[in-house]
Amino acid sequence: MTETKREVWITGIGIVSCYGEGAEQHWQALGGDKAPAPIQDSERFPPYTVHPLPEMDWKLQIPRKESRQMENWQRLGTYAAGLALEDAGMKENEEVLSSMDLVVCAGGGERDIDVDNLIMKESRERDDHDILLNERLSTELRPTLFLAQLSNLMAGNISIVHKVTGSSRTYMGEESSGITAIQNGVARIAAGQSTHLLVGGAYNSERLDLLLSVQLGHYLMQNSGAPVGERIKEEGGTLLGSAGAFLILEDAEFAKARGAKPYAKLTGVASDLGPRDEASTTARLNEIMDKLDIQPSDTTAVISGASGCKEVTATEFAVLRKRLGSETAIRAYTSLTGNALEANFPLGIALSALALKNNSFYSKFDVTETDAKATPSKIIVTSLGHYRGEGMAIVEKA
Amino acid sequence: MSNKFTDHKGRPIIVVTGMGVVTSLGEGKDANWKALSAGKSGIKKISRFSTEGLRTHIAGTVDFMEPEEISAPAISYSMADSTAGEALEQAGFGTDGFPGPLYFAAPPVELEWQHRFDLLAENTSSEAGYTAVLEAARNNKHERMHELVQLGTIAYTIADKYKTKGLPISMSTACSSGATAIQHGMEAIIRGDTDAALCVASDGSVTAEGLIRFSLLSALTTNPEPTKASRPFSKDRDGFVMSEGSAALVLESLEHATARGANIIGVIKGVGEKADSFHRTRSSPDGMPAITAMKYALADANLSPDEIGYVNAHGTSTPENDRMESNSLAAVFGDRIREIPVSSNKSMIGHTLTAAGAVEAVFSYLTMSENTIPPTINHENPDPDIILDVVPNKSRQAEVDNILSNSFGFGGQNACLVFGRYLA
Repeated sequence: MTETKREVWITGIGIVSCYGEGAEQHWQALGGDKAPAPIQDSERFPPYTVHPLPEMDWKLQIPRKESRQMENWQRLGTYAAGLALEDAGMKENEEVLSSMDLVVCAGGGERDIDVDNLIMKESRERDDHDILLNERLSTELRPTLFLAQLSNLMAGNISIVHKVTGSSRTYMGEESSGITAIQNGVARIAAGQSTHLLVGGAYNSERLDLLLSVQLGHYLMQNSGAPVGERIKEEGGTLLGSAGAFLILEDAEFAKARGAKPYAKLTGVASDLGPRDEASTTARLNEIMDKLDIQPSDTTAVISGASGCKEVTATEFAVLRKRLGSETAIRAYTSLTGNALEANFPLGIALSALALKNNSFYSKFDVTETDAKATPSKIIVTSLGHYRGEGMAIVEKA
Repeated sequence: MSNKFTDHKGRPIIVVTGMGVVTSLGEGKDANWKALSAGKSGIKKISRFSTEGLRTHIAGTVDFMEPEEISAPAISYSMADSTAGEALEQAGFGTDGFPGPLYFAAPPVELEWQHRFDLLAENTSSEAGYTAVLEAARNNKHERMHELVQLGTIAYTIADKYKTKGLPISMSTACSSGATAIQHGMEAIIRGDTDAALCVASDGSVTAEGLIRFSLLSALTTNPEPTKASRPFSKDRDGFVMSEGSAALVLESLEHATARGANIIGVIKGVGEKADSFHRTRSSPDGMPAITAMKYALADANLSPDEIGYVNAHGTSTPENDRMESNSLAAVFGDRIREIPVSSNKSMIGHTLTAAGAVEAVFSYLTMSENTIPPTINHENPDPDIILDVVPNKSRQAEVDNILSNSFGFGGQNACLVFGRYLA
């Protein structure tokens, strides 16, 4: 658990998801009593449904020259980071940016699917696969693609494009990396090791190579775009979603000094790892909730990053309902945005902060959810990785 | 404000109580130090895969471990397991578990070609390509293959095995990742989040594709002679040698280490970090971010440049890094830079990428404990523009009390650490 010594404010939000871009746009599309329909694409990658990117005009945040050096995963992160800086009123403020810490949660970038397909095709016609790889990879791979694939190069691009140069750290490990990024960012500000930082990640779900890496363990939902609550009544599985989510976190004193207003405050983050059987997972989640002092209250609600994988999601909901009461409002936002893996936890924090700022919450994201009894003043954000790692954060009204 | 357990800022003093290392020179501190201090190179012709048709045929591969398969995640894990085990044993932590978190500098792993070919072989009825391998993945669950290609798995596995606390943290700051893992351990102890941290870095990603990617960026040497190819600070240096390795360090607050009667290897005195926004692969020509990171590290350690007795250089052997690093060192140390020994372990072990900062931290502490500075080998043609005393070719006896270690990486990453002798 990260004990908050200095108050940590969320003062900027940059989101891109299938619902469009920007904090305000997301609140307009999803917030209050809206009942948004899921935006999904089940045509391009059958039998998988993904939540696709909206139409993007990258040059609004990324100069063309730089954009050409990236693929969509890095563009999405760099774009969302720019939105967050803009939202916090920090964009192009060199003094603030040169001392701003950058914290990114990242996977790997796009492979060249055409080259991979070509090599796979030719591998059927010859046995010397070693030589085939050497020939084809040496001649077909674009040199810049490597840089588009390196995990820490999303951060590198954000430094280049937005001039964020205090420090730069990239965390890895699927959903867990998002938990770590937020937890570490909050810990640093709370302890006075950072005054202001940009934290977040992005995920491009519209990629065969990434669909494959999740399908290998049979974690993907097939032939269905059903929301989380309904999915776990069937065989369950995750639906991936393209999203970028960045936050500006500030020491409240630093924010006040520059006249910035908070969306909300982040008052605690806790995480753990352990075996995924029901008993162990339940015990760990209870321990996390004890660390965060989570108690039942009509003004406490849950924004869940549930993957939709059957057992772990069912356990999560059961533990939350047992602790908070069976009528507690739990919103599995992944029903609407899909699971954005590395970016999933920052996205949940952003959606929570938006609700708190607007003195409102979200209507049910699927029929299995319950209405909120009161407008929450405290939101628990959860993320249980599709296969390992789990964490929760507390976002409160500032 | 400070007592015997706190530093100039009243923060807990952080010490190292256990270390483990694997490089192409061997497994463990003894084997590595013996070779390193003798100026031996671990670089060899690649035997892991065919290099026919490639521009590079050499690497610092680690071929003596017994990974479950020959892939970056499996090799990286096998080395990390070895170094974590060695470090924990030296630190005196048994099998009951480690009282702190794991900070793991993780290599970028993904599905490899052998996996794609294996999946393809399972499904010969569809046209070859992603459609076919996805079908194969649907037809049969490939649980282990899934685990291997998730970026968090190595850390999860090490955390499970050595019973570290909480969610392990996997990170990448490219070629400064090893230093970043140590930095995270320091920061967590300073925050009071923990009394101890296990910092591990590992990189076993010498695959055909990995080699080709670096080669396409013209980052690798094309020198065909394995032991001669890594030539940091030489006039005829022409790129780095891609290598594998791992290192682990047990960090503790001095108070915690003292209370349990641990043997103290040395002190971690300071860290400095600065991001660069100049270019994806190149450093700012004026070296400002590297200079700033070094200055921050010295200030964090409360040391003046005069108190540094040796610099463990990043020294990759690329024309650009070594020039930038040399100029930056001159900017930080002034004229005294001519008198400070500066050597590059990479002349012997190549560039262990993700692991480099941690591997070089272990070697820095050995440099102090053994009173021997490892050389920069292959230094036959000095670069007249580089004024450093690179400890050419032969190790040197010297008593060093404080060491600056540099790590720079693609993506504008710059992290510098200051290590010190423990004077009880």
